[in-house]
Amino acid sequence: MRKYTPKHDVQHKSYFNDRFYVTPQTPKKNPNEDEVYSKDVEALENKFEISKSYIEIDELVVYINAQDNVSVLTFLRDELEYEMLMEMSAIDYIAQRGGFEIFYEMLSLTKRKRLRVKTFIRQKQTIESVYDVFKMANWAEREMYDMYGVKILNHPNMKRILMPDDWYDYPLRKTYPLIGDETAQWYEVDKVFGKEYRDVIGPEIRDCANIDRYDTERFSRLGHEVPYGTDISDGKEPDTPISYQEEGGVPLYRKLKPEDSVTIKEKR
Amino acid sequence: MQQSVNRLKPFFENIHFEREDNAMMVNFGPQHPSAHGQMRLMLELKGEEVVKARPGVGYLHRGMEKMGENMIYNEFLPTTDRMDYIASTSNNYGYALAVEKLLGIEVPRRGEIIRTMLVELNRMISHVFWLACHALDVGAMSVFLYTFRDREFAMDLIEDYCGARLTHSTVRIGGVPLDLPEDWCDKLEAYLKNQEIETAKYEGLLTENRIWRMRLENVGVINEQMAKTWACSGIVLRASGVKWDLRREMPYGLYPELDFDVPIASTGDAYGRYKCHMKELGETTKILRQLITMYKKSDSALMAHAPEYISATKEDIMTQNYSLMQHFVLVTQGMRPPKGEVYVATESPKGELGFMIVSDGSPYAYKMKLRAPSFWHTGLLEDLLPGHQLADVVTIIGNLNVVFGEIDR
Amino acid sequence: MAQHKVNYLQDGGAPIALTTVDKLVNWGRSNSLWPLTYGLACCAIEMMATGASRYDFDRFGTIFRASPRQADVIVVAGTLTKKHAEFMRRLYDQMPDPKWVISMGSCANTGGMFNTYATVQGVDRIIPVDIYLPGCAPRPETLQYALMTLQKKIRRESIFRSIKKKRLV
Repeated sequence: MRKYTPKHDVQHKSYFNDRFYVTPQTPKKNPNEDEVYSKDVEALENKFEISKSYIEIDELVVYINAQDNVSVLTFLRDELEYEMLMEMSAIDYIAQRGGFEIFYEMLSLTKRKRLRVKTFIRQKQTIESVYDVFKMANWAEREMYDMYGVKILNHPNMKRILMPDDWYDYPLRKTYPLIGDETAQWYEVDKVFGKEYRDVIGPEIRDCANIDRYDTERFSRLGHEVPYGTDISDGKEPDTPISYQEEGGVPLYRKLKPEDSVTIKEKR
Repeated sequence: MQQSVNRLKPFFENIHFEREDNAMMVNFGPQHPSAHGQMRLMLELKGEEVVKARPGVGYLHRGMEKMGENMIYNEFLPTTDRMDYIASTSNNYGYALAVEKLLGIEVPRRGEIIRTMLVELNRMISHVFWLACHALDVGAMSVFLYTFRDREFAMDLIEDYCGARLTHSTVRIGGVPLDLPEDWCDKLEAYLKNQEIETAKYEGLLTENRIWRMRLENVGVINEQMAKTWACSGIVLRASGVKWDLRREMPYGLYPELDFDVPIASTGDAYGRYKCHMKELGETTKILRQLITMYKKSDSALMAHAPEYISATKEDIMTQNYSLMQHFVLVTQGMRPPKGEVYVATESPKGELGFMIVSDGSPYAYKMKLRAPSFWHTGLLEDLLPGHQLADVVTIIGNLNVVFGEIDR
Repeated sequence: MAQHKVNYLQDGGAPIALTTVDKLVNWGRSNSLWPLTYGLACCAIEMMATGASRYDFDRFGTIFRASPRQADVIVVAGTLTKKHAEFMRRLYDQMPDPKWVISMGSCANTGGMFNTYATVQGVDRIIPVDIYLPGCAPRPETLQYALMTLQKKIRRESIFRSIKKKRLV
């Protein structure tokens, strides 16, 4: 019987793991070490429930509850001067913790600081859209839905954005393989020709080390193609000089001889 | 010949018979002759005026973020090239900076200078290319030929160093692998002199041209509020009056030492963005000249010294045994960064290009989010286009400097 | 399934001896190939550079046409994604005969470096291709060479050729 391989994470993994290696963590500092950030964390803690906050690589990271996301972002935009939401996406932790970690990357133009707001939702839990606070969430949340399947409420146009509208499954999840599942691999054949033509066209060749005997022997001889069946083993290759025009010449054109061409000595 | 068998039937989606109003649905399809790539813009037109616009993207989605989760860090670098394919090194540089910040290593001076030179040269190429395509769309076709001729000189320079004209991947995590060729700086100086003359010629052709001004003034006005809420960055934000350039406000790399100005326009229209682009060409020339003098005074270390994460130099690999072993392990398995997250943004010619890397200590990233400025600039079209005429749509799309490799990744 | 045994030096079916009318028509067809502007990704930039000042494409008689109904050859430059495959086939069907296809760059030949769920692994899964250009991105000289090879191929054909491409329905 085939050995059971768990399929909750089908991305490439390192085949060798150092037995005694302990992964270091990036240094995380207390927000009190920076004046701007300490004031921000204080203001946030007065109004909302912040489970964790730290400074990681020059950027403040704040963990909030999922229900508070709209109110926290409104507060950050209006009171704490974080006027721009630069990026928003989800991280897939379904196998480890059963949900997605959604992060919002904020930027303050006046204070010149970045802030990351993170929240955790379970896989089937819904989250409010922040479109009313920042319009950029229109496309960011569509992409989050398209790639991860995060359910978002009150969005103006919740449709797939990067994948075709009738795509099956959510590509950036860890359970989705890089080369795609069966519907993905035959998607274009089914769409353009129909399912019957799957055998005619054949499966995709995803093996980058694939060598086709005929390709190597004939198609790589660019400019020196010979008819099928000609003997091209060593010593017996027919001579195929490169000529840019046919033997008899093309009517109305002077015959161009390779000897007549001149190599320019320097680029003009 | 017989029509090949397939299931695609013709469809007519813009002909509605017996409609009382004058609205027509036009599909600015995934293939259109202007140079911007594959955008499907569904416009609802009333006569010539756009009533509703819905941009559709995703026709170039190649799954780069998923590739980032399945490739080791060094292996992913050439893939970032293909994001903003007009200025490839700026993507590579942003990615390398993000990984270096995660690892906590510092690049030696000469490596940083070479990288910054390439990035600024890419900025010149990108702006020149923008002018070429924008002018072609608006109708000034000879500018396309002139600008491409000058772009070829810059690409010659890049080809001398990087080996490729379009998709340069010479920036490595930790520096650059090779030093500049002997006379590269002199050729760069000659190119800059030439480019200044030529830029003056393009400005002479276009800036005070009545037709150009009529086509571009008061078209695509983005006010400050709209720019901030749609997360615009780069020239789109600066042309709306917001003083924000990452190289000045949150500097990284060598930018604290370089002396340059940042052009800002107060109208938010297409003409303001055009002027910002042209002025930035002059500023980039200044930066490059300063970098040439800095290069001549720097000492010759090129790659960072961090044996856990970065291979040694070629001489060491070929002669020392431990360097060879470490290099082998780093290439086959990949380096293992610390566990954590980092978001680093750089100022690419299009705007703020950000890389969010979530690492769980394995050689493959746990999540690699690529923040592309053109994605938000295209989303902005939904709010921006209604009210404009159909001819302005072409101008606005060209003016916003969008690249579809970035949008769809 | 693929027709590997296609002989490029003998056109599909008909004998290779060309009459004067054939030669004249082939001369006309090969020296005024009008490509469809079909730039998808990075290779489009190299295609534009080929059409620009240094590597002039116009001297081959090519004029880039925007409408498929007026184009002879389609230079697929860039990555074809599954979302776009349907439209690519539509455009190909809209082109009138005789038509040729040049597949430019690794992404169009075989999917390139993008071995992912959303990339069509080679444009010849959807469209029959005549000339494959390697490179990422191929240099403008490569595109010129490909066009010259296509011209050579066209000049060898009989004008009433039956379509016998490398692959496909």
